[in-house]
Amino acid sequence: MDKFDQLTGIAAPLPIVNVDTDMIIPKQFLKTIKRTGLGVNLFDEMRYDDNGNEVPDFVLNTPQYRDAEILVAGDNFGCGSSREHAPWAIKDFGIRCVIAPSFADIFFNNCFKNGILPIALPQEQVDLLMKDAEKGQNARMTVDLEAQTVTTSDGEVIRFDVDPFRKHCLLNGLDDIALTFEKAAAIDSFESKAAQERPWV
Amino acid sequence: MSPKTLYDKIWDAHLVHEDADGSSLIYIDRHLVHEVTSPQAFEGLRLANRKVRAPEKTIAVPDHNVPTDVDREKGIENEQSRIQLEALDRNAKDFGVHYYPVSDIRQGIVHIIGPEQGWTLPGMTIVCGDSHTATHGAFGSLAHGIGTSEVEHVLATQTLIQSKSKNMKVEITGSLPPGVTAKDITMAIIGRTGTAGGTGYVIEYCGQAIRELSMEGRMTVCNMAIEGGARAGLIAPDETTFDYVKGRSHAPKGAQWEAALTWWKTLHSDDDAHWDKVVTFDASEITPLVTWGTSPEDVLPIDAEVPAPESFQGGKVSAATRALEYMGLEPGTKLKDIEIDTVFIGSCTNGRIEDLREVAKVMEGRRVKEGIRAMIVPGSGLVRAQAEEEGIAQKLQEAGFEWRMAGCSMCLGMNPDQLAPGERCASTSNRNFEGRQGRGGRTHLMSPAMAAAAAVTGRLTDVRELTQDSVPA
Repeated sequence: MDKFDQLTGIAAPLPIVNVDTDMIIPKQFLKTIKRTGLGVNLFDEMRYDDNGNEVPDFVLNTPQYRDAEILVAGDNFGCGSSREHAPWAIKDFGIRCVIAPSFADIFFNNCFKNGILPIALPQEQVDLLMKDAEKGQNARMTVDLEAQTVTTSDGEVIRFDVDPFRKHCLLNGLDDIALTFEKAAAIDSFESKAAQERPWV
Repeated sequence: MSPKTLYDKIWDAHLVHEDADGSSLIYIDRHLVHEVTSPQAFEGLRLANRKVRAPEKTIAVPDHNVPTDVDREKGIENEQSRIQLEALDRNAKDFGVHYYPVSDIRQGIVHIIGPEQGWTLPGMTIVCGDSHTATHGAFGSLAHGIGTSEVEHVLATQTLIQSKSKNMKVEITGSLPPGVTAKDITMAIIGRTGTAGGTGYVIEYCGQAIRELSMEGRMTVCNMAIEGGARAGLIAPDETTFDYVKGRSHAPKGAQWEAALTWWKTLHSDDDAHWDKVVTFDASEITPLVTWGTSPEDVLPIDAEVPAPESFQGGKVSAATRALEYMGLEPGTKLKDIEIDTVFIGSCTNGRIEDLREVAKVMEGRRVKEGIRAMIVPGSGLVRAQAEEEGIAQKLQEAGFEWRMAGCSMCLGMNPDQLAPGERCASTSNRNFEGRQGRGGRTHLMSPAMAAAAAVTGRLTDVRELTQDSVPA
């Protein structure tokens, strides 16, 4: 997995609540058997019209936000399906950090598995970052995972919480499966105990 | 011992390892796999030269992409869909997992066939790369959706790295009035608590109205736990559960059945267990519901009117404005005046035999209105066969419904069953997101009985008015 430590980049404002996974990557793009190449279809139905042309006023189509690396969004971001195609599309576009008042559970998990940092902050702080993001490409935000801070273009510092295990994995780019294999003995002994207690499983 | 909730008990029984920071390794009893969220996971195993740790606990079935035409054996036109199905076929065989191909009568929607085949049992941990895995919670099993990286993790290790959720109790007191169903319960809950109301929680549904539901109804309730944001929904197992499970292909038999039953009977929340959040509903106050917008929380009783965006607060004002524009609706319009083009009966929410019986009951002596496309997609080949045996299938076809093969169908438009732009659908599925049933398609979620009523009149309709106040022609 790709590491995430520090990121300074353009933040795109997407002030919509309940952004669901069908908006992030519509179902017709779930037919791929690869993890890459989905960035072009990120937010497809908002980003392109019925003829496949770009919708000029959609935020990621505007010149100042085409290279955004941070997304600031509304409450309950990523709700809906478990499709990991959603974080794959976000990452393939070039966004490595999403900031919102809250996230849907599965989407939140999926981000960490793909080197994307989702940051949940109180509404007032998201509002402040949204205003900062609205300044365009000259307003660059900095996200520092080690220090657990977001710094606005004006130098205002906002602290965020992150699960220590997930932080450790992101900072070091660790593979979950390899980590779990280190606990193989515990899995073996659980399995033999469970086979005694619940043989029908 | 300190008192525990049902969730606590299942969690404790599956805890393999716990780190000091609370990150835990949980053992997974059943891993359900479908073609959309698994190819990258199997590919990951191949690249790392890893095996499936417990193929005997892994069950694969294609459902999202499969066409539902009766002649689908001829093959799949869409190349990408075909590649995805071929990949599942190859992966299932290469890694030696249980597999129900399209040609097998037991094929169907993954969340319908798990319970049907007896793979789903009380007290289990069950995962699938699909958010509606919550369905299996109806059996008192801890079941939830995971992403593809986690699918790969479970395939390789039969465990999942988790942190424990909080406990939420949703109690439905009293009995449901006539014409009100499990779907209305689950929609009523989301309507009140919102799509993020359950975030961070595992919900246990309880109370008289839940106890009085069949297993099919309980699955409908748990299915939409995810739409309320919860990781999982649970219902404590009881005689209804045991009766359903007994005798199914993969359910325990003989002495093992007795041993299992003894343990299953301990699977309930202790009286003085701690709840982080409690929500209570009076079943007698729940009415037939429909959605008007593009979020499952956009729920209103059928006799209400389309709301004005200004009646909401915060970010929901602009969300409602956007939703009404997408849905082509004006504030103040009576929901009952909204005309529909299509009726979809099916999905992991409402594609079981009881749902089809419900539709057949409403259609007794009635017909699908001229010009309305009405389709029934049984949740599995076995549900389809049973409905045919009961004579339901023939009656519904005579009433004007298309009678299709099993699959996810129009719930998510990954297969040929899709809405055209602007088309409006009365749907028994679970999500009314923009574009969910086809680009530009407009979805109104409701129960099978309500969808059947809409098929008869061609507009959103209170099923109680149809079945109670009028004699069928």
